[in-house]
Amino acid sequence: MITMTNEHPQLGLFRSMLRIRMIEEAIADRYAEQEMRCPVHLSIGQEAAVVGACSALRKTDKVVTTHRCHGHYLAKGGDLRRMMAEIYGRDAGCCGGRGGSMHLFDDDAGVVVSQPIVGSSIPVGVGIALAFQQAQKDDVAMICLGDAATEEGVFHESLNFAALKKLPALFFVENNYFSVYTHLSNRQPVRPISNMALGHGMASAQVDGNDVLAVQEAVAAAVTRARAGEGPSLIVADTYRFREHCGPLFDDDLGYRSPEEVDHWKLREPLERFRQDLQSRNIIDAALEAKLKATIQGEIQDAFDFAINAPAPSPASLGEYVYAQNA
Amino acid sequence: MPKTRKLQAAQALREAFEQAMAADPRVFMVGLGASDPKGIFGTTSGLQEKFGAARVIDPPCSESALTGIAIGAALMGQRPILSHQRVEFSLLALEQIIDNAAKMHYVSRGQHRVPVVIRMIIGRGWGQGAQHAQSLEVLYSHIPGLKVVMPVTPADHKGMMLAAIADDSPVIFLEHRWCHYTEGEVPVDPVPASLDGPEKLADGEDITVVATSFMVLEAMQAVSAAAKYGVKADFFDLRVLRPLNLAAILASVKRTGRLLFIDTGWTTYGIGAEVVAQATEQAFDSLRAAPRRLGLPEMPVPASPVLAKSYYVTAADIVDTMLQMANPTADRQTARAELEAIRDRLPFDVPHPAFKGPF
Ligand SMILES: Cc1ncc(C[n+]2csc(CCOP(=O)(O)OP(=O)(O)O)c2C)c(N)n1
Repeated sequence: MITMTNEHPQLGLFRSMLRIRMIEEAIADRYAEQEMRCPVHLSIGQEAAVVGACSALRKTDKVVTTHRCHGHYLAKGGDLRRMMAEIYGRDAGCCGGRGGSMHLFDDDAGVVVSQPIVGSSIPVGVGIALAFQQAQKDDVAMICLGDAATEEGVFHESLNFAALKKLPALFFVENNYFSVYTHLSNRQPVRPISNMALGHGMASAQVDGNDVLAVQEAVAAAVTRARAGEGPSLIVADTYRFREHCGPLFDDDLGYRSPEEVDHWKLREPLERFRQDLQSRNIIDAALEAKLKATIQGEIQDAFDFAINAPAPSPASLGEYVYAQNA
Repeated sequence: MPKTRKLQAAQALREAFEQAMAADPRVFMVGLGASDPKGIFGTTSGLQEKFGAARVIDPPCSESALTGIAIGAALMGQRPILSHQRVEFSLLALEQIIDNAAKMHYVSRGQHRVPVVIRMIIGRGWGQGAQHAQSLEVLYSHIPGLKVVMPVTPADHKGMMLAAIADDSPVIFLEHRWCHYTEGEVPVDPVPASLDGPEKLADGEDITVVATSFMVLEAMQAVSAAAKYGVKADFFDLRVLRPLNLAAILASVKRTGRLLFIDTGWTTYGIGAEVVAQATEQAFDSLRAAPRRLGLPEMPVPASPVLAKSYYVTAADIVDTMLQMANPTADRQTARAELEAIRDRLPFDVPHPAFKGPF
């Protein structure tokens, strides 16, 4: 997360959320140009959860994430130019164009892996926590996942092992209630997702995922426990994705979720909610927000220009990196 | 002749499900997205409305357990169809497929039957990348006890699915996302197609060409182009990878003396490796040239369209290889260029002019 000196720390949270929103909207706006030739899973609507969680970490903490990784990557400090270049399939992308939008990582920022198979990165995050424990570091591994990933066996196996070994791991579930078009109620019995931690003797919390401060507080408490060697936690942040599962559009016309439900969440739209909160406490006003927006807009323009003008990877490089050269 | 009309392969599949479920109450479907607005690329649209949520189950994201659950239901006489929108999602269920589905009939000395169909869709294009565009037929084709099929035409999508549902063994049904767009005549009635072996698509005496899945469509263009350069191919769609019935193909190789195999997956340890090995063992004396294989090179597929373009084998590569083998003095450059020009009418990473992403 980027904060300026002498500014209110909560302004930094707002900037980070606004920045993710604006970047995702820029991707959505330009997707129809057919130059970003890969699936994109946008974080629009989930910014409070994403930013709240990542803001409770420090740079040396690590994050693993999923197909819906843009927000985590940005909130943890991933490089925007390299992200855009990756989505455009360019050599300068974070994966040299080999991964696309579902494979963002930035080792310097501590975003280690994004993996598009549901559940796949969960145990990898536990392994990172194991390595921290083995090296006697007090860093933490945050494992970002969606509600559907809690249905995979590997989620439960990972919780069990992390709890058994008291690993410095944090399972952070963004519960946006949907697996593609399928509602949580058609996939899981009625009970809080966070209850799954009970069976593993693990600390847990379920928070309002559209309240950035509530998320930050819950994650910070879990991070403190993890750093102190008190073991892992499961944090579930209830939130909502506003656009289609994959792609730039709104798809509420398809009728898979009720207008009442969408309206319910629109009233809890995280950015507007935080804006009002900050305004009421005189931390932000329209002029300051306009300034923030202008700066972010410039950064976005720069990143798109960079990506669009960056060279494609050379076809001759196709065979490189199948195996690691032994060091 | 049965009455037919034109359908796309995805529609043909949907019709197979509808007819099979109407005919047999034991048939049920479990697939992520089976009842959602996109209906697994249109292949399951409307089925839940027609047959109810008990028979068309849009399940939790739990591939491993659901495969075992389907196997258990099959042991009780039910006939489940599992669907994976990408082959890779089935990897979570490998243990259930290989150790339970494939083994139960044998180990119970024929007392147990596992009539389950597992659909797996092979992705390609639009930056799908390394974990959403693999063609993993070889994994399953290695396992005795499984049947493994790869339909190409709309008629085969329907006919082979009906046969798979009716089969008392587990059938791995590998669909290629880009074959879903093919159009062709499909019987109106529920007529199962044979799961016994390949289908011959063209007669020729100069070379035997065999391909699987989407590569049949690429090879089809190459086979007609090669004819203009004096090379007539005996051309097969392999269709059934396990049990592998090569009688017709070996008989063909004995006549042509030349064999070219085109895999949809990786070449090394590919289906072509097995076919070429059997041809070498059983038709060695008839061979006039070393058999050749084409397939994916030795790396995962990258997302970047520029890289993906040099990754895949095309009709141009196939015609080039056919001419090298059967008419080396032909103008291969021109033959290649003609097919590349056709290919370049569409962006390389889309299956159909209407395709605009995002998945
Ligand atoms: C093992 C596996 N099964 C199915 C899919 C297809 N798929 C991609 S994203 C997705 C939904 C995941 O939902 P969730 O984990 O809640 O994350 P969200 O998309 O809501 O962020 C599904 C089912 C997959 N990628 N991997």
